[in-house]
Amino acid sequence: MAAELELGFELNGTAVRCGAEPHWTLLRVLRDGIGQTDVKYGCGEGVCGACTVLLDGTAVSSCLLFAPQVAGRRVETVAGLGSPEEMHPLQREFVERGGVQCGFCTPGMVLGGLEAVALDLCGSPEEIRHSLSGNICRCTGYRGIVESVAAYASLPPTDRG
Amino acid sequence: MSVVEQPALRVVGRELVRHDAVEKVTGRTRYAADVEQPRRLHAALRRSDVAHGRLRRVDVTPALAVPGVVGAYTAADVPNNVLWAPVPGQLPGTGAERSRANMLAEDVVRFDGEPIALVAAETEDAAAAGVEAVVVEIDPLPVLDDPLRSLDEDVPVLHEGGNLLASWEFEEGDVDAALVGAAAVVDRTHRCQAVDHAYLETEAGTAWIDADGVVVVRASTQVVEHHRTLARFLGVEDNRVRVIAPYVGGGFGGKEDLTVEPYLAFVAHRTRRPVRMTWSRQESLRARAKRHPAVMHYVTAADAGGRLVAQDIDLVLDGGAYAQLSAAVLLWSAMSSMGPYRCANVRVRARVVYTNNTPSSAMRGFGAQQVAFAYENQMDALAAALGIDPLALRRRNFIEAGDTLATGQVIPTHVALPELTAAVEERLGELPQPSGPARKVGRGYACNLQSYGFNVWMGDWSSAWVGLEADGGLTIRIGVPDIGAGQASSLVQIAAEVVGVEPERIVIHIGDSTLTPLTGRTSSSRQLYMSGNAVLEAAERLADDLRGVAAMVLEVDADAVELAAGEARAGEDALPLAAAYAACIARSVPVQQLATFHAPTGPRWEARPDWRGRIVPDFAYSCHGVEVEVDTETGRVQILRYVAAHDVGRAINPQSVRGQIEGGATMGIGQALYERVVFEDARNVTRKLANYLVPTAVEAPEIETIVLESGEGLGPFHSRGVGEPPVSPPAPAIAAALRDATGATFTATPFAPERVLATLAAHGVGR
Ligand code: FES
Ligand code: FES
Repeated sequence: MAAELELGFELNGTAVRCGAEPHWTLLRVLRDGIGQTDVKYGCGEGVCGACTVLLDGTAVSSCLLFAPQVAGRRVETVAGLGSPEEMHPLQREFVERGGVQCGFCTPGMVLGGLEAVALDLCGSPEEIRHSLSGNICRCTGYRGIVESVAAYASLPPTDRG
Repeated sequence: MSVVEQPALRVVGRELVRHDAVEKVTGRTRYAADVEQPRRLHAALRRSDVAHGRLRRVDVTPALAVPGVVGAYTAADVPNNVLWAPVPGQLPGTGAERSRANMLAEDVVRFDGEPIALVAAETEDAAAAGVEAVVVEIDPLPVLDDPLRSLDEDVPVLHEGGNLLASWEFEEGDVDAALVGAAAVVDRTHRCQAVDHAYLETEAGTAWIDADGVVVVRASTQVVEHHRTLARFLGVEDNRVRVIAPYVGGGFGGKEDLTVEPYLAFVAHRTRRPVRMTWSRQESLRARAKRHPAVMHYVTAADAGGRLVAQDIDLVLDGGAYAQLSAAVLLWSAMSSMGPYRCANVRVRARVVYTNNTPSSAMRGFGAQQVAFAYENQMDALAAALGIDPLALRRRNFIEAGDTLATGQVIPTHVALPELTAAVEERLGELPQPSGPARKVGRGYACNLQSYGFNVWMGDWSSAWVGLEADGGLTIRIGVPDIGAGQASSLVQIAAEVVGVEPERIVIHIGDSTLTPLTGRTSSSRQLYMSGNAVLEAAERLADDLRGVAAMVLEVDADAVELAAGEARAGEDALPLAAAYAACIARSVPVQQLATFHAPTGPRWEARPDWRGRIVPDFAYSCHGVEVEVDTETGRVQILRYVAAHDVGRAINPQSVRGQIEGGATMGIGQALYERVVFEDARNVTRKLANYLVPTAVEAPEIETIVLESGEGLGPFHSRGVGEPPVSPPAPAIAAALRDATGATFTATPFAPERVLATLAAHGVGR
């Protein structure tokens, strides 16, 4: 079955094209159309944040966007931030401070944290917690996550990757 | 803090970075739904919209007409659609001696969301359209939604053999006589709601047929040994099905029962094509098993000195529509229902019953969680009645190693509750002032016991394979599913400690029912205990051989050889492990070991009141303390401080241990304050995550953890299980803090604002 849409956008710095149906969400385009499986499905309601991506630099729930809305835009996922050999500084904080258990919330949480720091919404642990309230973690109790974001936010801007 | 001085170790006890965390944070981990396969089908389920009814007609022909649909199936297509399991402990004449598990509904549907038909299609959209097209006609039957009415005469009978799913009873001493002479008697009923696991990863998996014709199911599961159950559904031999558990996106007991696996196995077997199935969050909330709602009637009595003289306990758990693990959960409730307290006169009557509500089954704490709310609430009320400090009252009654519980279970290891309660009390210090005139602050404590490991008549075992590589690296093969708690990385740390290989040079292969040695399920806080001991034994055997060979090469005594940092060292001389490998091969000494750890075994418990004996290997203990502020105008409860102290025996990886305590306590807090699965006429109406309030970073308080290392556990390096214990104390601790703040008694979770206001009004508290 030929797809109705031929979609082009930038994904983690590379131009991609893929077929999609207009009713597909960006989440589905990324996971099933392109195989970008580091973006997670957790609810499809815009509640859990597992599907978070950066769209032109802004954190969005990819389960709430439809395929046509991303044409020509810039999408970043956690896999584009760093690799196991060369982690992004925020990824390193998550690993070292117990911000990761099952890891299913982690891609969305890292991107949410990154945006919170970029928007300077990390002045205190309370502010960080509010900034991350769109991302659910069922495993950690959040302490390790909040500390990771705080540690990253305290880095000089030149060291933030 | 530690009770006894622990020997210093090189790798165990260090906050090592978890190897899986690096893969996860960079998005590399391939979870159950993250693999691509050519020509793969998509499978989806048609579920019942009726909570109880007779299936008049199920017609899949219209689904087959939908473009892209490859197959549509009903119960009649499944080789063995119904599997029967014995109900442990059930006695003839009490209730049914076996319970049913259906792959697809046949004749009768018993809960809203029960799978009726299965559709496989070329695309997800076609599968969804096919599911819609299936014609289902159901004649509704009266529903049974109240577990307290399940055993009445005039209610629908949901299963062959009646509505009593399982029961356990035991009695010790003379409860009635003791109640007469008691100085204080507290008689209360405590209630817990249905709770969803709400792991972030919904149920998902893929299946295919491999080159040997074996059905392979790769799914998000806590149990690879389900390959046997799947084989039975398909009518093939056990070794014709293989289950692979990739890293799991959260389990908490909810992936201990089968979810997507039977449907995947069936479609792959039937069509010979790869297939994928993912349950939506809404399906997961609607139809997958919950934590048992419980109604717990306690009569607890003490003498004037605050010593418990009687506990008379009646438990009714709502098992929902199918048995699943209810009988075992009930056993855990019953055996834990007296709490960590001595009492000579105990009567426990525990029953789990069928209703048309969503089935209940395993969830972190496994039946011991609900009763902790009841027994600790009772202790608090007793303390108030006697005018004794709540912790002082508990300290007068704590069990100790060597004590025998009313079940006949002997407490095998140190009970660190005196140390734990003292540590929490000391940490909390002064209670702060309320932040406003309508607000009140209070403090509460709760203790608990939670067994780790299976019941002793299961003959529990776990196997592990450890092998040295030619270049001095190490490989571990072990069937354990890793559900996020660091199960795999803790095993790496144990092997690294013993064999002396650096952790980053160890690769661990987990979770495969065919290719890795079997370990049993990741549940009951048992994997560190069981699989940790198996890895320890395999690693020790390998290390003994390596030391022996190195001693020959270095011409020293084997005792003089130490394995560390990738070398076998004796004083100044060292042999790299790669050279030790070569030396072993040259001398026909094995460089690989397979070891099996067997838990203690004992006779099967029978549900006779006079049965006595050991039920589980051991318990873990904890004490939590909480300070809350409650707004008497809005009913909102705010946690000001939360301290959780646990005796973990020995922390293999302190970061993983802390993570379990923080995450478990937060889950318990969610259940205490926010989370609730709501049923209306047995229909589960909590079908959106937006309506199921899992704590976010805003609601979750900072958990201050106190890790006590008593060196007394039965696990490797004297560790204890830590996965489940932290989830139980939050609800009773918060209830105690609310009572301390307001004088009102809270006997039902969750303490949501409307319930808090109603409870305060009933106690005449307010402005
Ligand atoms: S999957 Fe998008 S917010 Fe949950
Ligand atoms: S680590 Fe499991 S949901 Fe966050």
